[in-house]
Amino acid sequence: MSDRPKAVEVEDLHLSYAGREVLHGISFDLYRNEILGIIGPAQSGKSSLLRCLNRTIDFDTDARVSGTIRLDGEDVRRVKDVFGLRRKIGMVAPLPVGLPMSIYDNVAFAPRAAGLRSRPTLDGIVERCLRQAALWDEVKDRLTSLGTALSGGQQQRLTIARALSHEPEILCLDEFSIAIDPVTTMRIEDVLRELRRDITIVLVTNLVQQARRLADRTMFLWKGEIVELDATAVIFSDTPAERRTFEYVRGIFG
Amino acid sequence: MSAPPGSALFSRTPHVARTERSEAIARGVFFVMSVAMIVPLVAIVAYLIYRAAPSLSWEFLVDVPRKGMREGGIWPAFVGTLYLVGSSLAVSAPIGVLAAIYLHEYARDNWFNRIINLAVINLAGVPSIVHALFGLGAFVYAARFGYSIMAASLTLAIMTLPVIIASTREALASVPMPFRVACWNVGASRWQTIQGVVLPNSISGILTGVILQVSRAAGETAPIMFTGAVFFKAVQRGDLFPYGLSEQCMALSMHLYTLSTQVPNVRESIPYATAVVLLGSVLMVNATAIALRVWLRNRKKW
Repeated sequence: MSDRPKAVEVEDLHLSYAGREVLHGISFDLYRNEILGIIGPAQSGKSSLLRCLNRTIDFDTDARVSGTIRLDGEDVRRVKDVFGLRRKIGMVAPLPVGLPMSIYDNVAFAPRAAGLRSRPTLDGIVERCLRQAALWDEVKDRLTSLGTALSGGQQQRLTIARALSHEPEILCLDEFSIAIDPVTTMRIEDVLRELRRDITIVLVTNLVQQARRLADRTMFLWKGEIVELDATAVIFSDTPAERRTFEYVRGIFG
Repeated sequence: MSAPPGSALFSRTPHVARTERSEAIARGVFFVMSVAMIVPLVAIVAYLIYRAAPSLSWEFLVDVPRKGMREGGIWPAFVGTLYLVGSSLAVSAPIGVLAAIYLHEYARDNWFNRIINLAVINLAGVPSIVHALFGLGAFVYAARFGYSIMAASLTLAIMTLPVIIASTREALASVPMPFRVACWNVGASRWQTIQGVVLPNSISGILTGVILQVSRAAGETAPIMFTGAVFFKAVQRGDLFPYGLSEQCMALSMHLYTLSTQVPNVRESIPYATAVVLLGSVLMVNATAIALRVWLRNRKKW
């Protein structure tokens, strides 16, 4: 297992907001083309971890980070081109965010921000990403209508299309199904299974069963510490290494 | 909850009656208060127009004052007000809007920015006569602009600046934070985010805030009285460009003050007609602001 190519290496990552530490020195590797599920109750530091990864944590004045995160061997806190770093990581937030612009512009926003102007290229990207996010058939005839006018489930797929538009190596989904219906959730889960062939996926979720369905490996994060990280089959077996894991995945604690 | 025996589930209990009564009272009070808002406005406008009627005409607007301002029109004052308001906003609108964008979108929450915020809030509360004294000292004397449109409009600009900053920040704050985060997540810089998402969705609020300062700048007398407005200035009838920026000018608010207090034996309807022109211009500007807001709001996208 450990000789697989690593997409991300996290080493002794500490994070505190205004002196209150929320991540207490966590270390793990993320392998290429795997789906890593991260489960854990609210306030366990799951979202903060993602924000450290693409350095949007920088926007938080109170936040202090220490430790190293290496993406393709490069320390993310030392990269010169932070915008390029963020483009290597697709980020999907818990609540769907259609930007107040057309569906086309929603998907073309990131390539344009990266300096791409050619209309045919943009057309191609928009179609590819909307297809990947399983939204193309529903919106192909109304690409100029507003992204914010779509339903919640459609907007979440639009968000995924936007996250794919800058061709990320890693796609992070932060509780993507919190505001959408079960049918759309299943469709997006199918989308993720498809995407795994090309990219690495980090799936933060409150639904332990979702991690069980999708993840290759699952991490149980609790109060800023990794309780256990192992193959999903082990985590959900009757004999995970930690008793707390056993109790959490069965809804006894947490 | 179970109903008492013998009564229907949805019967009218004393509690329901009380709820309905207080609801009716609350509604009534709110309605009366909103009507009370309209009464003074209608009364003022009606009274002014009634008193001004003998003098109101197109001629009154485009003619110059005659016979020691006892007859004739108000053209120099009208154009002077346009000059003052236009040049003051040309200074305060860009500075105010850009400063507000910096403060809201870029500035980190540290002691320096808290001091700036405090300064903005307090500056907005400074009485206009104090701005006038500051303008006199700073622009007329220290900067050697003399009594001029430049000094007067800079004084007005200082006066309107904090309010423009405050209203612009409000408009920017109305754009939901998740939009910005979504842009940052796909590798957009702050400026790209501002251009792409923040400004297009706050421009209506920003413009409304700026335009509302037009009426304030047009109506204030004190700041221009000390710095650049005069009782009388000879100007060609209907001349659109009678003043240079380094000259003094007449202004509607000042003219009204002069007519009412300094000139004996003015025809009674003339000050009222001047007030009608001032009020009419301000209301027209406000109407433009409302129209603009409605138009831009219809294009709002969430």
